[in-house]
Amino acid sequence: MLGTGILKGLLVTAKNFTGSYHDPKRMVTVEYPEQKTVLPENYRNFPFLVSESADDPMGTLRCVACQICEKECPPQCIIIEKSKDKKPDAAGKQQFYPAIFSIDTSVCMSCQICVEVCPFDSIKMDKVFEIAATDRFQDLLLTRDRLAKSNSYYHQIHPEEAAEVDGRLAAERKIAEEKAKAAAAAKAAAAKPAASVNPASAPAAPAPKTPPPAA
Amino acid sequence: MSAVPFLERAPIELRDWFVQLLPGPLQWLTHHLITVVAILAVFGLFFAFTTVAERKLLGRLQNRLGPNRAGVPKFSILPWHLRHKLWGLTQPFADAVKALTKEDIVPTAADKVLHFLAPVIIVGFSLMGFAVLPFGRLLIPVELDAALLYFFAAGAATELAIFMAGWSSHNKYSLLAAMRALAQLISYELPLILSVVPIILVTGTLSTSAIVHAQGFWTFGLLPHWFVFTPWGAAGFVIFLVAALAESNRSPFDLPEAESELIAGHLTEYSGFKYALFFMAEYFGLTALSGLGVTLFLGGWQAPCAFLEFIPSYLWFMGKLVGMIMFFIWVRGTLLRLRIDQLTRLSWKFLVPLALLNLGNAAFWVLSAHWAGPLQLVRWAVSLAVIVIPFVVMGRSITTGYGPRSYRYAP
Repeated sequence: MLGTGILKGLLVTAKNFTGSYHDPKRMVTVEYPEQKTVLPENYRNFPFLVSESADDPMGTLRCVACQICEKECPPQCIIIEKSKDKKPDAAGKQQFYPAIFSIDTSVCMSCQICVEVCPFDSIKMDKVFEIAATDRFQDLLLTRDRLAKSNSYYHQIHPEEAAEVDGRLAAERKIAEEKAKAAAAAKAAAAKPAASVNPASAPAAPAPKTPPPAA
Repeated sequence: MSAVPFLERAPIELRDWFVQLLPGPLQWLTHHLITVVAILAVFGLFFAFTTVAERKLLGRLQNRLGPNRAGVPKFSILPWHLRHKLWGLTQPFADAVKALTKEDIVPTAADKVLHFLAPVIIVGFSLMGFAVLPFGRLLIPVELDAALLYFFAAGAATELAIFMAGWSSHNKYSLLAAMRALAQLISYELPLILSVVPIILVTGTLSTSAIVHAQGFWTFGLLPHWFVFTPWGAAGFVIFLVAALAESNRSPFDLPEAESELIAGHLTEYSGFKYALFFMAEYFGLTALSGLGVTLFLGGWQAPCAFLEFIPSYLWFMGKLVGMIMFFIWVRGTLLRLRIDQLTRLSWKFLVPLALLNLGNAAFWVLSAHWAGPLQLVRWAVSLAVIVIPFVVMGRSITTGYGPRSYRYAP
């Protein structure tokens, strides 16, 4: 009969009305500044630079200023200046570091291409979205010290991805160490026959082991 | 006068006491000015809190919270600051400040005079309806014999202002929307008035206070003799509700404005406080029509039961009025907007014939007034049948071929 659909609809909204007072699960909104929703794992907005330690973020940046991200960035919002000197990185190897590393967030389009091209896992996507600023020039240009965030923060915002990256980096470091050890051993072995009086007793220099594939 | 309880008399006594303080020639003027100011103050505040109630209720109807942030701002001259947000109840005042401080833009090509006059006229005419509503046993601004005629004349004049707004904006979209609004308003003027005619037929008067008095008795002191509790009255009330929704441009008949489809129709070229005036007029119109519905069908200021008469009559009126407004908000939170052809079809092919039949129904009710005993049951049955059978039959004919809609790709 005409009108029954309207009555059914009125009943639905009446249920919503009474339900909204006693059933918090019904509510589709949260009272934002006081309550916050949990962001999904893959949420991203602007990039940040990963540093190994929270105490010395500038000294332990993973970035080696290779400038790949600067060249790949589609809207060209990354500005990098390579350092003149080298500093040891987390593995103790001498590396360049970015003397200037800035991202203009008024230009950045959050495409994540910089993250994908980075061979050092040094730039990752952040989840901070409360980025309102009063000065559109100074406040929206994120400089090196504002971009640097510790690895533990990265673990906080993207736990799965960070664990995977850490595992990979550790494996690579292990391989590098083994390689270095093997190289040192080879060096030692090569030095030995020259010093030894009986070269036939010593085996030939051990062939460098092929590294196992990264886990 | 002394038979009426004090609370009932209080507003009148207060006014008379104040008027007597003034010299003779001023008394007549003050007497009426006080009435005008009282209506403006009461219904101005009523409008303000209707907007916030509407937003909160709509939120709740859609599982949201609605506005709850507007508190009291910190005034630098005051040493303290009330930090409580007051459940967002100060929202209308924030809205008013916003509307007042916004830039008022008048298009260069617009007819400046008419463009300015349209919001003024629409508020003026929508306020005029309040003059004949009996708010309480003693509270009626103007006691008119032809009150109903006056009410509908004043209400229809707002349509002129809407067309004025559309025409003076010198914007073809505004003009088209105003014409559409006019088509809607004229279409629904007819069922609105036809739904009221049976009451005039039964009571034999056009005076609103006499109509309220005609609904003033109870069976066993419990069952009120409101017109909504008769078959013709219930049918008339439903038609009145639908037509009132359309007359006050409310959802589901908010086609003239249609904020999600049109650019606000005839309001396109209005901004700031002029826009707020249109908004205000819409709510005044809705409140006045709800007040008329309460007066005509829901017994006006009469209490629902004899023993509840100790509560002052104006509180009963306001309670019923709030109930009507809540119902309109509930409908707005539920129904979808109609298309223009559905809108006019509903009016001309369904509501107008039903209202005409209902008129005959009321005539039968008057003619069978002397039937008693078992004939009373026959009277009720016939009266119900006259309205229910055409409703079902016409409802079927109007909906055939229009649904339920089948979706090919969605379940």
